[in-house]
Amino acid sequence: MTTARDTSRRQKRESTQSTSKTGNRRKKSNRARSEARLGWLIAGPAFFIMLAVTAYPIAQAVYDSLFSFRLTAPDDRSFVFLQNYMTIFSDTEVFWRALLVTLLVTVVTVAVELVIGFGLALVMHKALMRIRGALRTAILVPYGIITVVSAFAWYYMFDINSGFVNNWFGWVPGIDSDLDWFANFGTAITVIMASEIWKTTPFIALLLLAGLAQVPDELVEASKVDGASWRQQMTRVILPNMKAAIMVAVLFRALDAFRIFDNVFIMTNGGAGTEVLSLLAYRTSIGRLEIGLGSAVSVILFLCVLLICFIAIKFFKVDLASGTDAKGGK
Amino acid sequence: MASNGKLTGKQRLGWTVLTIVVLLYALFPVAAIFATSFKTPADLGNAAFLPSNWTWQNYEMILLGDAQGLFLTALRNSIGITLIATFIAVVLATLCAYAIARLDFPGKKIILGSALAVSIFPVISVVTPLFNLWRNIGLYDTWIGLIIPYLSLTLPISIWTLAAFFRQIPWDLEQAAQVDGATQWQAFRRAIVPLAMPGVFTTAIIAFFIAWNDFVYGISLTSTEAARPVPAALAFFTGASQFEEPTGAISAAAIVVTIPVVVLVLFFQRQIVSGLTQGAVKG
Repeated sequence: MTTARDTSRRQKRESTQSTSKTGNRRKKSNRARSEARLGWLIAGPAFFIMLAVTAYPIAQAVYDSLFSFRLTAPDDRSFVFLQNYMTIFSDTEVFWRALLVTLLVTVVTVAVELVIGFGLALVMHKALMRIRGALRTAILVPYGIITVVSAFAWYYMFDINSGFVNNWFGWVPGIDSDLDWFANFGTAITVIMASEIWKTTPFIALLLLAGLAQVPDELVEASKVDGASWRQQMTRVILPNMKAAIMVAVLFRALDAFRIFDNVFIMTNGGAGTEVLSLLAYRTSIGRLEIGLGSAVSVILFLCVLLICFIAIKFFKVDLASGTDAKGGK
Repeated sequence: MASNGKLTGKQRLGWTVLTIVVLLYALFPVAAIFATSFKTPADLGNAAFLPSNWTWQNYEMILLGDAQGLFLTALRNSIGITLIATFIAVVLATLCAYAIARLDFPGKKIILGSALAVSIFPVISVVTPLFNLWRNIGLYDTWIGLIIPYLSLTLPISIWTLAAFFRQIPWDLEQAAQVDGATQWQAFRRAIVPLAMPGVFTTAIIAFFIAWNDFVYGISLTSTEAARPVPAALAFFTGASQFEEPTGAISAAAIVVTIPVVVLVLFFQRQIVSGLTQGAVKG
């Protein structure tokens, strides 16, 4: 290479550029190489630890799922290929039911959270400065609280022995002091979803609040001048401009809701037909020590999450990386 | 509108009602379990919101009495494991995010993409292999055995949030300081660190919340009080006798572990909100 010319060019560039950032990209290759080495040296540990604690176990789970393997009889380990998956898929009572319950929880909680979360976001967006702080503080309490604590709080409110809901709402048809909320699927899943919604709506509300802040004020003002009603402002101006934020919020929450575990474990432990996929995986592998079968459930759960992501990105064009495009500093 | 600070009487009433509704929504379940934690065993079945006699006996039971061994060791485990996992994650993520924001190297997108992928990873999918592996290599039911998987929860969000924070830092200040005669280290310490610290601190709070909240790893990878964190321990609480529901003790323990959350939220709501939204939405 013509090093002399490159050197002089580099000197010229270094003297003219104000920030080194844009220039780095075009600079000589060994400079770029040393920067790349430094970059990976600094960023590498976090990256590799992150992969080690997730990619390795999932690979192991895929491998284990091909074996018939129980910890109670560790010597009986044998390769069965897809037999575990066949067993799971043919089990309508357990697997398909758990999948349906999980989907139900995901769809209902995300839909309700979107509505409540948008309401909360609107209130926070329009609120005066001095109430805004108080509102945000209050709303962050459910966000920060431990899910298990939320589960117990809701459980004790409705519980037939220690709850007050039956007493307070005795006038509502269908509710009386003998109603055991956790004995029937409909009522049990309602309380489980209520706890899930209460705990996670703040996250959606904050994402939507950030989305609202990005809607240009001029647009809203202009639509008002043009005589748009509140409803028209919402559907024609505000919501379309928040589409990206709404999509990201929905996808994040849907993936999170699909993994629901804590609330179900605490309130019913899968009783009254409320078993969900995560709980099924847990009870199969940790509870019954059927590592092969449990790993297969885990792998299916993982594939479901991937599928949801794929659908969201492919068909709904959710751009998750929009917030952090790796273009470097400005 | 409301932003100009002058409200008509009707608007003021509307805002008061809205504020009360939001506060009720956010705080009612906490208030309910708070009230339950002060009930006597006889009161627990009174079907009322408030206790008829307020008592500290549930707190005495978990902090000084029979359930002390169960709760206080779990609390120590939770605090220790969570703080260590948060600290490691924030240190590693700070370095990683600094490299992403400041250096030009191939693979940045891969790192950020992986952080995103790991953050949506179903925890339950990795718990079975870890359970098996930890039992074989002796990490089952140890602090380290929880700290390592907690990094899968805390690292991605830390990298993501810090990368967003660091990208907004005007790094030119460093050069400006050097022009003004500061050494490189001085420039970094005086100009950059004060700008970066709030982001690092906010990230630490968010990572702490996430690790503090963990339940799946906690119940799957521990079997005794040696490492069992509070959320898992709550699920194993038993009453003073086998005929007694542990409702009061669990409620009191739930309130104790909620205190750090409320304190952090009270003091740092602004930072937490900006940290949460910066990582997820372009800002």
